[in-house]
Amino acid sequence: MCPEDAITLHRTPSVMSAHPVWTENARRDVFTQARTGAVLLASTGNELHERIIFDNLLLDACQVTNPAIDPLREPIELRTYIGKKPRSVEFEAVGNDIKLKTELSPTLKLEIPVMIAQMSYGALSLEAHEALARAAVMSGTTMGSGEGGLHKKLYPYADHIIVQVASGRFGVHPAYLQAGAAVEIKIGQGAKPGIGGHLPGIKITDEISETRMIPVGTDAISPAPHHDIYSIEDLAQLVNSLKEATRYKKPIFVKIAAVHNVAAISSGVCRAGADAIVIDGFRAGTGATPKVIRDNVGIPIELALAVVDQRLREEGIRNETSLIASGTIRNSGDVAKAIALGADAVKIGTAALIALGCTVCKRCYTGRCAWGITTQDPKLRSRLDPEAGARRVSNLLLAWSIELKEILGAAGINSIESLRGNRDRLRGYGLDHTTLDILGIQPAGR
Amino acid sequence: MRIVANYKHFKVLNEEIQQAIKNGAAQLTLEDVNGQSFIANSLRGKLKIDIYGTPGNDLAMFMDGPKVTVFGNAQDGVGNTMSSGTIVIHGDARDILGHSMRGGKIFVRGDVGYRVGIHMKTYKSNVPIIVAGGCAGDFLGEYMAGGIIIILGLHNAAKKIDLLGDWVATGQHGGAIYVRGEVDDSKLGDGAAQFPMTADDEMIVKKVLTEYCSEFSLSLERVLETEFKKIAPGSLRPYAALYTCE
Ligand code: SF4
Repeated sequence: MCPEDAITLHRTPSVMSAHPVWTENARRDVFTQARTGAVLLASTGNELHERIIFDNLLLDACQVTNPAIDPLREPIELRTYIGKKPRSVEFEAVGNDIKLKTELSPTLKLEIPVMIAQMSYGALSLEAHEALARAAVMSGTTMGSGEGGLHKKLYPYADHIIVQVASGRFGVHPAYLQAGAAVEIKIGQGAKPGIGGHLPGIKITDEISETRMIPVGTDAISPAPHHDIYSIEDLAQLVNSLKEATRYKKPIFVKIAAVHNVAAISSGVCRAGADAIVIDGFRAGTGATPKVIRDNVGIPIELALAVVDQRLREEGIRNETSLIASGTIRNSGDVAKAIALGADAVKIGTAALIALGCTVCKRCYTGRCAWGITTQDPKLRSRLDPEAGARRVSNLLLAWSIELKEILGAAGINSIESLRGNRDRLRGYGLDHTTLDILGIQPAGR
Repeated sequence: MRIVANYKHFKVLNEEIQQAIKNGAAQLTLEDVNGQSFIANSLRGKLKIDIYGTPGNDLAMFMDGPKVTVFGNAQDGVGNTMSSGTIVIHGDARDILGHSMRGGKIFVRGDVGYRVGIHMKTYKSNVPIIVAGGCAGDFLGEYMAGGIIIILGLHNAAKKIDLLGDWVATGQHGGAIYVRGEVDDSKLGDGAAQFPMTADDEMIVKKVLTEYCSEFSLSLERVLETEFKKIAPGSLRPYAALYTCE
């Protein structure tokens, strides 16, 4: 991609004869595996399933009978609080004053319901990590540390960073847990549900070794499960343990991949005490994942979100946890649709990297990212200026927040709260009956 | 300072401990402990905590510095993801002891359960150490990336139970396990292998056990009478050939 449009690239025509089933890619994968006997790695998100439900959802607007709101003249509220909300609140009179009697759980204040996803230092360069952290501060939102600890350069931004605790427990220590705005337990991620991760030893440089707290050159292996979590009760134990470690001052998030039984799992996660559940759809991106898992495991975020929101409402525990959706949120339209389907907020990963210059070339796993994002090579890293990068990401979030206000204003709503789970303001276009039923929405025209 | 735990909820008990530390207590004695979880969670600095009774799960999780002594048995998750400090247990302890531990020492007088020392790590001068006086359950030292585990098998002369469970050190890519007695290769998981004890190994074992024996008033000479076997990784990158790019 040439920013000046001065260079045009053309694909070399294939020398293989065309075949509708045995595509060039299918044949190349077989060649590679026949040569190496190894698992194929891939970067970014699912490439097999082109249909995106978000694109078949339509938002509502006001006409005549109820007026639209002009966001340029009237305030429209995007501020979002993530965490447990009380079922009811009690007050007591103290002298002439009124005091809140109900004990509130810690919440996280966001100026825009869009957070930057969990991406580790190690997968990303330090410059990219810093750019995202600074963007989170500038935009009044948060970014995720990813699994792998927090470089000391990022501690000044830690009150806008959600620190992650994953199965490898890399870089996890009391100061790290207490520094973050919240703690996120990673159970799974959309690009690789149910499997762990290996950061190869060759990528463990001096600085990464210091942050992950492992020796230079050894593989950083994240096991598939947390070995202290084999049940919902065990998850509750880790949630409580992290609450103890942060003295009940920070919300504890739990991130899961959207899988077939996601509604029942989320109900368990909520009952385990999670203040927020992050659901990562099957199209979510990653630096490296086995291709077969990326392309074949999990379910779309739109369906997962709808069934989880529905289930938690039916069980009367929707207020006990916030829902955060991620996995290919590409624009403010996707944000609005996710919120109308039941999300409190969304997380963006790939979109934030594209704002930093990523062209989705799908070669993150090589460690040779030309834009200095997913590389540890000092020469390539020097191409990314954290300050300029932070400005670009925060510009993106600013643009989305203006657009979200337009969307809300057009729908005659003056607060994002009123769009949450408001499926009445969504219609499906070209979706089959079952999908509409699962989404809990009407077809367009009805 | 003395705190009676009795039937207090863990949240209440741990808050009392926090307050006592805030008020300057450097030595705490917890009495009548009845399975309360998360005791000594994330505590830092030069504290001493003596526990009478049975502490609950995740004792001293994330702990960074203090010395915790249990005069009794402990449950699951002792020293989970711990950074530094010492834990001494005068009885048995159960599963996932020292999970992802990064530094410090855990000395257990008796047996330990399943999945002990899973994913222990070394970083620079931080070398986590686990010593069990008795036997260990299955999956000992799985994915072990660093540190030292010593299994002594004392009081197991009758060999009523196996010294080690099955699947020892699957995926091990760092650190060492020393076992007092014979180890059958069939017990080892993928990635782990037996190695002869070097002079360095003998020195490490002697140094660690000197401290262990003095903690429990055991005779070091008697413990060292039996020969040790060493289990270590076959490779630092056991999964290097597992993946390909294109
Ligand atoms: S530009 Fe960099 S971050 Fe983006 S897909 Fe390519 S290698 Fe990955």
